[in-house]
Amino acid sequence: MSEPSTETLSVIVEREIPHPPEKIWRALTQPHLVEEWLMKNDFKPVMNHRFNLRADWGTVDCQVLAIEPNKTLSYTWGALGLESVVTWTLTPTRTGTHLRMQQSGFRPDQKQAYQGAKYGWQQFFANLEQVLARID
Amino acid sequence: MPNAHDVLFRTLADPTRRALFERLCRDGEQTVGALTAQSGVSQPAVSKHLGVLRQAGLVRDRHEGRQTHYSAQLGALAPLIDWTSQMAGFWQSRFDHLEDLLKRMDQ
Repeated sequence: MSEPSTETLSVIVEREIPHPPEKIWRALTQPHLVEEWLMKNDFKPVMNHRFNLRADWGTVDCQVLAIEPNKTLSYTWGALGLESVVTWTLTPTRTGTHLRMQQSGFRPDQKQAYQGAKYGWQQFFANLEQVLARID
Repeated sequence: MPNAHDVLFRTLADPTRRALFERLCRDGEQTVGALTAQSGVSQPAVSKHLGVLRQAGLVRDRHEGRQTHYSAQLGALAPLIDWTSQMAGFWQSRFDHLEDLLKRMDQ
């Protein structure tokens, strides 16, 4: 086994959006709006609220970790063996909003991620064989 | 230099080799003899498969007396489960949808 690492991996997506933070906040927190751009959900803007995001490929398990209206929203994101945290940050600008999304999770050599991925692997190995058979 | 994914996929595509690797993941370090006893193939064949797994970085060997012990190196799978590039694409497209929605909310 390699040495366990405490390092995390992150994905950051940032965009200048020509709309005010209050409006973007609605799109990030009202379930019928969230469904339109992300996934079906039972989100509530309440601390520690547990909710699911649902897509045809599966379900994402989430829990609200931080909420500050029009400024920041953070929730856990657990799906397909990935345990991570998604944090939205809204910063007003002269022309609208600087919107930043950061998703942070564990490196795959950490035990926690592996335990989650364990189930996915059996499926992965089965699929791999089929894919390779088709390539030939 | 071959793509890390290609090497891992090619190495794990062989069912016998994959079974050896899965067994080491499940049961921890094993000698060649113990692996052979359960594999249904000859010891030279097992040794050859272990050599391919070692070259791909998927197993490590340790010599002790006349025995060679093999253990799985789970870190070698990291390129296959680096989720960041997949999620970056996912979020970029979600941002596009979000911007479309914000335009519609004006109307």
